[in-house]
Amino acid sequence: MPRRDDLKTILLIGSGPIVIGQACEFDYSGTQACKALREDGYRVVLVNSNPATIMTDPGTADRTYIEPLTWQTLEKVIEVERPDAVLPTLGGQTALNLAMELEKHGVLKKHGVEMIGAKAEAIRRGEDREIFKATMLKIGLETCRGQIVKSLIEAREVLAEIGLPAVIRPSFTLGGSGSGIAYNRDEFDHKVQRGLDLSPVGQVLVEESILGWKEYEMEVMRDVDDNAVVICSIENFDPCGVHTGDSITVAPAMTLTDKQYQRMRDASFAVIRAIGVETGGSNIQFAVDPLTGRMIVIEMNPRVSRSSALASKATGFPIAKIAAKLAVGWRLHELANDITRKTKACFEPSIDYVVVKVPRFAFEKFPEADNRLTTQMKSVGETMAIGRTFKEAFQKALRGLEVGSFGFGNDSKDLWGTAAEPSLDDIRARIATPDPDRVWYLRYAIKAGLSVDEIHEITAIDRWFLDQLQQLVEIESLLRTIGTLAAVDDGTLRMAKQAGFADRQLAVMLDSTELEVRAERKRRGIIATYKSVDTCAAEFEAQTPYFYSTWEHEDETPPKEPGRKRVMILGGGPNRIGQGIEFDYCCCHASFALREMGIESVMVNSNPETVSTDYDTSDMLFFEPLTCEDVLNIADRIEPDGVIVQLGGQTPLNLARALHAAGLPIIGTSVDTIEMAEDREQFRELLDRLGLKQPASGIARTLEQARREVARIGFPSLVRPSFVLGGRAMEICYDHVQFERYVAEAFIVAQGQPVLIDRFLEDAIEVDVDCICDGKDVIVAGVLEHIEEAGVHSGDSACCIPPHSLSPEVITGIKAAATGLAKSLGVIGLMNVQFAVKKETGVDGTSGQAIYVIEVNPRASRTVPFVAKATGMPVAKVAVKVMAGLSLAEQGITADPLPAHVSVKESVFPFVKFAGVDIALGPEMRSTGEVMGVSDRFSIAFAKSQIAAGILLPEQGRIFLSVASTQAKEAMVGLARRLVTLGFELIATSGTARTLTEAGIAVEVVKKLQEGHPNLIDHLIDGRVQLIFNTPRGKGARTDEGRIRAASVLYGVPCITTLPAAEACVLAMEGMRTEPLSVQAIQDRFPEPVAHSG
Amino acid sequence: MARAALALEDGTVYFGESFGATGTTSGEVCFNTSMTGYQEILTDPSYRGQILCMTAPQIGNYGVNDADVESGGLQMAGYVVREASRLASNFTSQGTLGEYLTKAGVIGITGIDTRALVRRLRIRGAMTGVLSSDMLDTAELVAAAKAAPALVGRDLVREVMPDRPRAWTEVLDDLARPLSQPFEGGDLPPPSPITAPKNVVALDYGMKWNIARHLASVGCNVTVLPGRATAAEVLAYKPDGVFLSNGPGDPEMLGYCVETVKGLVGKLPMFGICLGHQLLALACGAKTFKLKFGHRGANQPVMDLATGKVEITSQNHGFAVDEASLPAELEVTHRNLNDGTIEGLRHRLANAASVQYHPEAAAGPHDSAYLFARFRQMMV
Repeated sequence: MPRRDDLKTILLIGSGPIVIGQACEFDYSGTQACKALREDGYRVVLVNSNPATIMTDPGTADRTYIEPLTWQTLEKVIEVERPDAVLPTLGGQTALNLAMELEKHGVLKKHGVEMIGAKAEAIRRGEDREIFKATMLKIGLETCRGQIVKSLIEAREVLAEIGLPAVIRPSFTLGGSGSGIAYNRDEFDHKVQRGLDLSPVGQVLVEESILGWKEYEMEVMRDVDDNAVVICSIENFDPCGVHTGDSITVAPAMTLTDKQYQRMRDASFAVIRAIGVETGGSNIQFAVDPLTGRMIVIEMNPRVSRSSALASKATGFPIAKIAAKLAVGWRLHELANDITRKTKACFEPSIDYVVVKVPRFAFEKFPEADNRLTTQMKSVGETMAIGRTFKEAFQKALRGLEVGSFGFGNDSKDLWGTAAEPSLDDIRARIATPDPDRVWYLRYAIKAGLSVDEIHEITAIDRWFLDQLQQLVEIESLLRTIGTLAAVDDGTLRMAKQAGFADRQLAVMLDSTELEVRAERKRRGIIATYKSVDTCAAEFEAQTPYFYSTWEHEDETPPKEPGRKRVMILGGGPNRIGQGIEFDYCCCHASFALREMGIESVMVNSNPETVSTDYDTSDMLFFEPLTCEDVLNIADRIEPDGVIVQLGGQTPLNLARALHAAGLPIIGTSVDTIEMAEDREQFRELLDRLGLKQPASGIARTLEQARREVARIGFPSLVRPSFVLGGRAMEICYDHVQFERYVAEAFIVAQGQPVLIDRFLEDAIEVDVDCICDGKDVIVAGVLEHIEEAGVHSGDSACCIPPHSLSPEVITGIKAAATGLAKSLGVIGLMNVQFAVKKETGVDGTSGQAIYVIEVNPRASRTVPFVAKATGMPVAKVAVKVMAGLSLAEQGITADPLPAHVSVKESVFPFVKFAGVDIALGPEMRSTGEVMGVSDRFSIAFAKSQIAAGILLPEQGRIFLSVASTQAKEAMVGLARRLVTLGFELIATSGTARTLTEAGIAVEVVKKLQEGHPNLIDHLIDGRVQLIFNTPRGKGARTDEGRIRAASVLYGVPCITTLPAAEACVLAMEGMRTEPLSVQAIQDRFPEPVAHSG
Repeated sequence: MARAALALEDGTVYFGESFGATGTTSGEVCFNTSMTGYQEILTDPSYRGQILCMTAPQIGNYGVNDADVESGGLQMAGYVVREASRLASNFTSQGTLGEYLTKAGVIGITGIDTRALVRRLRIRGAMTGVLSSDMLDTAELVAAAKAAPALVGRDLVREVMPDRPRAWTEVLDDLARPLSQPFEGGDLPPPSPITAPKNVVALDYGMKWNIARHLASVGCNVTVLPGRATAAEVLAYKPDGVFLSNGPGDPEMLGYCVETVKGLVGKLPMFGICLGHQLLALACGAKTFKLKFGHRGANQPVMDLATGKVEITSQNHGFAVDEASLPAELEVTHRNLNDGTIEGLRHRLANAASVQYHPEAAAGPHDSAYLFARFRQMMV
């Protein structure tokens, strides 16, 4: 029974913007699904609001809608495209929820669309906790004792039965949002209430705590004939109590006997059958009491999940691809195992290595947030490492995290032996509560002499893992005792490398330098060898070149093909705020471009969520940490003819100088140019030469210097460390007090690099330009006008192509400036320039628009995929071909693309995960993802972008207005009038209300928070306010306005924090009154064939 | 840590660390891809005469215990792992793997590039090897490996079969009882004391105990007889059925066993596993051949040709039944999806069936446990 012939068109729902709990893994799964279904001859219709995805490339699906992910949008797409089926199991929780909405509103029935993969009933059984529990009970499996409640009173009744600590989980929320553990009654009441509010169905599960139990995940696949296999087992290093997305996890399971494992396997199949997931992948989580072996089912995801992506990368088994094939009727044994090509997909991968995943957090961006790890996911990314042993994989993963550590201590971040060495009490406290730094404190605990048993008592981490860490510390002690590189024998050195120690760590322990260690071990023949990820532990020959490094004797990489060039692409590592899917998109396009040119592409990356680490994206894949040593080791082995560093964000760029120095052939823009753009003095000279303006700026290596510079530059000024991405520790200072506070922080973050100080241009319009230069010609691919004013990080502001308010002269000026810069710098490939356009009055009294250059980055920017989607030009691909030697003219590209429609990019923020954090935008980037709205008109495009970002612009109701400056108040009067015309009621506190009343606008006055009740927050709770315009006077969660903004997140009321955004919102609401939202496929917007991305 | 070395007959030598017992041993070097169940594998008598390499790199993590044993002792000649755990972490654990091997006299080696070894075995086929903790000279090791006796042509069953008959009563451990049985037979009511138990003679050629536990669990009174028992001896027990167990080595060296099976086919319902499967085939006139490197692991996909369903199976065999040699009365019922080899047979005329793989699992998936219920039904 091969594929179903009764289906012709299949609707695939994407997962939308990157948010905590839902990241690149669904681009990976969706892209695989598109390929798999089209390979079978189906017409695939894709809807996703996220432009930074490979799946929304015009060549991935047959029909691609970059439209807001709402059931209403989907209905419109269904009306146009008439799909026979919808596949909702590959787009995360978002797709699953949307499919359920479509079902609930009768859309599927009305249009005769079948749900494939999982039926609505199965999804309900898997997702509704009460039904799930009942189902588990029926098949003889235990779940946590507890109950679903709909009110706080009911919750208290349950608590009386199960006792504290208790777990609270709201139903149907993303990534377990709102989940938590309550240790006391106050906490319990608070968390239950919040859960009830967050749950779209107003339900919360209150459960017994299984804190400290062992936690496992099973990745299961099932076909229509009921054949079922386990693809991968995963064991959590962090015991129950930490969300699996925030846990260090290990594959395969390390500490289960065969009987225990097989029982879990049996239970997994029983669950998938009872829930009724007909075909595809599911993820089932278990908890095991370490003392008795009692096993309970925690939950199941009736869909492909983040763990499925991890399992796919960990085993080589393409879960998403196979899930898509199974959904259309294939059976597992009818599908080939792509890796061996000889065997079938119906088997269970056996792996002969250990995989460790470590989550990456972004608490430094949310200093007010609680950084304790709980059952609500808070990490923004992850890195995976493969080694032959746990020790090796663990250290590689810590190194791949890119937080300045090169393994388990023994590096510049190591506090042991320094003045900051923690005390034993400190250590005990820090390991007792899981937080992002606990892993480092586990080492300190061992160093401080705590035994494996003692640490186990405090942390409940399995003794086996702790013993592995203990072994690492023992090796460390041995090396430190030996003390010098010369004194270490070959066997010990190799043993240390096999345990995952980096040269840099060895240098610390052996009183040497990284390069000396490298040279010496190479001299002794201790070099990295590469092994295949082959699904079968070498039982069959692997056809797919997917490798990881280790330090054994046999190497499996293929020799270079004579006459064929090899180019290595360095990826971006784990997702973080400021560096995510956009850069992975660019890296994938590099592979596609190289493939088109007949060049062998070699991808190096450590992020398991991504398309770039899919085994068929590049000709060779190295799943490795992105450090200098790891990259050089690969290069030693594969001898690349070129290395691309400008696409993976700051990660590869930071390695560029060292790689260049080691003799690697970096292609595209030279390392000197990259550094020149960062070098303030040289850059200033260049701007002067080109006659371009720049805000007054300075550079400081010491606090004294910084003070001198700011005195010269004046306030407001922007303070930031150099060489960091995403505006980390960047602040606008309006006076000396603020300056003193922020500059100190900037020096800490800068880690020895200088701190930059710029004059801040108030009320300027910020503009981003992405261009491609081949050394001779320049193409300006996109001029992006920001909606929010300069001062809001460019990654956080909305932006628009083409510019919606700039004059043609200004645009011409900007393009000319960008072109001049690219040519003078000698850029080969991509360059991003940030401009500020400010209204200025000249000496002659005429006013005009002055163009300032803020920053130049000779690399791919975050906006490259958005520009590509907005213009139809495969920007990254064109740039890579330029780097590989094909000029723009040779590629037939002679003119800047001019889109006929308007595209708006909006940013998406993780505030809902960080309760109480002030959401006012600023120079430090905090968004995790982006969406795109497209239309012929700016107002509608902006409206779509807002809807796609989950900002529900109301059609009626009450809007709260609060503006800071007098100037803004004037502007607000105009907006208020328009809102009244649209039929909204207005509400404001006394100050703003007075301004509005004076202007003759009716407004309800509401108490300020300190004036008592009812104040605005009371109105929010009562649902009396539908939208908030609140521009900050001061920031911080402790200010009144900060609390209002934080409360808006809690109660799900959209809150706009800048005046330009408020203006755009009003425009959007006006636009929506005159024009119903329509949908259009990108294939219709750009009818001319666009190169296939696969 | 003391050194140890493993040499292959092709001249390859791997140096690592000694673990478990010390000394020198030789045997056929093979590999197992199961990621769990090292203790069940170590105690599987079918590994007699072999040096086994585990492809899973971290072995010994959960220790050893008295419940996870598949026979009265360790028959393996040598044991090869990438990294042996010094600590045992599981509430069931009663000791570490290293101590266990030492006590059982099994010589082990750890710290070698096991993947390189496995790839060599896959490419060149199974080879004889020498594992030693005291012979560390390359030339000496290789010479010893070349001189070591090959597995083919030896009767290893004689070395592992029990001395005398015994009655078996132990049933499956609760943990090992399959939770879901999706396949045929899965709907069988659990054996109740009211249903009269069936008397089964199990011919033990080196039987894994979980087979007997399964038989007992589906309502059989099991009498275990040494594999050398004659047909007359078996029939004297007046059993309702006869079971042919797994066992080590080359099936074509076991003429006396084949004779017994010949004398029983058609007279009693019969079910064979692994070596038992090969003996049934030989008794019916088929031939066996040696696989290049065997099937050893817990992830081998097998299709039940009658239902089209796929089972993930536990396997441990170096020989297989030659399809070209099958007599007309034998029908292929199960097939390996990886290499197409025969995994199950049914006698068209006699009430006899067999599988090449291990439905008793231990170690491995429970997918095929239905076969014991099916055997029970053959005796109705």
